[in-house]
Amino acid sequence: MFDWRWDFTIEILPRLLEATGNTLIAAGLGYLIALVLGLVFALAQRTPYRLLTFAVRESIEFIRSTPLVLQIFFVFYVGPQFGIRLSPWTSGMIAIGLHYASYLSEVYRAGLDSVPKGQWEACTALNLSVRRTYTKIVIPQAIPTVIPGFGNYLVGIFKDTPMLSVIGVTELFHAATSIGAETYRFLEPFTLVGAIFLAISLPAAMLIRRFEDWIRASLGMTKLHAKD
Amino acid sequence: MSNESFPLKLEGGDVPMVRFDRVTKQYGDLTVLDSLDLDVKANEMVAIIGPSGSGKTTVLRMLMGLELIDEGVIYVDGQPMTHMEKNGRLVRAGQKYLRRMRSSIGMVFQQFNLFPHMTALQNCMEAPVQVLGLSRKEARERSLELLKLVGLDDKMDQYPARLSGGQQQRVAIARALAMRPKIMLFDEVTSALDPEIVGEVTQVIRKLHDEHSLTMLMVTHQMGFARDISDRVCFFYEGKIAEQGSPEQLFDNPRNERTAMFLSAVLEAD
Repeated sequence: MFDWRWDFTIEILPRLLEATGNTLIAAGLGYLIALVLGLVFALAQRTPYRLLTFAVRESIEFIRSTPLVLQIFFVFYVGPQFGIRLSPWTSGMIAIGLHYASYLSEVYRAGLDSVPKGQWEACTALNLSVRRTYTKIVIPQAIPTVIPGFGNYLVGIFKDTPMLSVIGVTELFHAATSIGAETYRFLEPFTLVGAIFLAISLPAAMLIRRFEDWIRASLGMTKLHAKD
Repeated sequence: MSNESFPLKLEGGDVPMVRFDRVTKQYGDLTVLDSLDLDVKANEMVAIIGPSGSGKTTVLRMLMGLELIDEGVIYVDGQPMTHMEKNGRLVRAGQKYLRRMRSSIGMVFQQFNLFPHMTALQNCMEAPVQVLGLSRKEARERSLELLKLVGLDDKMDQYPARLSGGQQQRVAIARALAMRPKIMLFDEVTSALDPEIVGEVTQVIRKLHDEHSLTMLMVTHQMGFARDISDRVCFFYEGKIAEQGSPEQLFDNPRNERTAMFLSAVLEAD
């Protein structure tokens, strides 16, 4: 009943590790898109243009209230009906990037809101430009607040990359499914997928905590986590 | 709003450094300032006192341009500040114009509002470099000189979290002065301080008043200090100046019943 085959495990490991590279690229690229777009979304909601603010706000709500897998399907399969033909990778990155941008924009928003009003007023009183106020005064102070959220979503996007397999992005989960289809053995490939995800997520979470402490320390704040 | 009755600029021999001309400010139904008239002469030190909610802090915030006014015009050094001239009429000031007018005003806040991720020196240098376009060397020299003035040149490399409240407030004063304002606004600058360190901040303000030509407006709860240092005291009540005069007159012989009641209540609490 429980017949784990080590020779088979060793045989498929290189293929899975190769696909892990794609998973990491997908997560990293998607996250980068989300970081940039998320900031754009957050800042757009702070402009005095009511219509823009409203449109962005509602789009974010819409994206956050519908499943990621649906959005991935939508970009890939519905796009062509409007003449937008994108490769699985491009579709996948757009979908997952937009999805996480919506979540990250909320993190950005919370971070910006956490900076006391007095800081903005001091900037106004000193006549600093809006750009300088954001880049030099407000955003640096928002960073400690946003890092835990950013870290959670980094791990989150990494764990969501298997959804890209539904449109044929050859990441880790896709590779495991293919191995299963070819060999009718599922135990080893899927166990390995789980182990690989675990082996990356756990240290990543720890590194994020370290990074948070380091940032806080470099801004003269107290540490949140005991040294482990 | 019709601005026909407001001059495009103030001219003549006796132009005040600051003029509030029939300024009204409302938050919803609440009228915070009610058609306020207030002139402050160049180099004059005016203390603003009154119960909380009487609009005294709002006066400073509007002058700094942190809050828009609803009616009236504020003039700074003869020029309209809240408004600008366009085709021979006054219209609401644009951001660019407001920034230019704001450059002659500095403000110190109750909560200090130092930038926590910058050292004392960096706090002072930031705006002179970014806004006035000074070289880092010039800004550094100017900032050091001012930190020395407030007695903190030895703390220049400290972050605000490492400084006491009184020290932070003195850095905040140096930071505001680094922009070389003509007018300094002090908004309850000692209210957040422990009683034993209030003195170090008031001493700095006193020094500024004695040795530098600055027009100053100060909202304060410290009656002793207001009495000591100011040329004129304005008592605010319900969005208006209920009474104003020399410190001696106002504190020793208040003519207005409200002033007398306020003073007796505050002095008793002391």
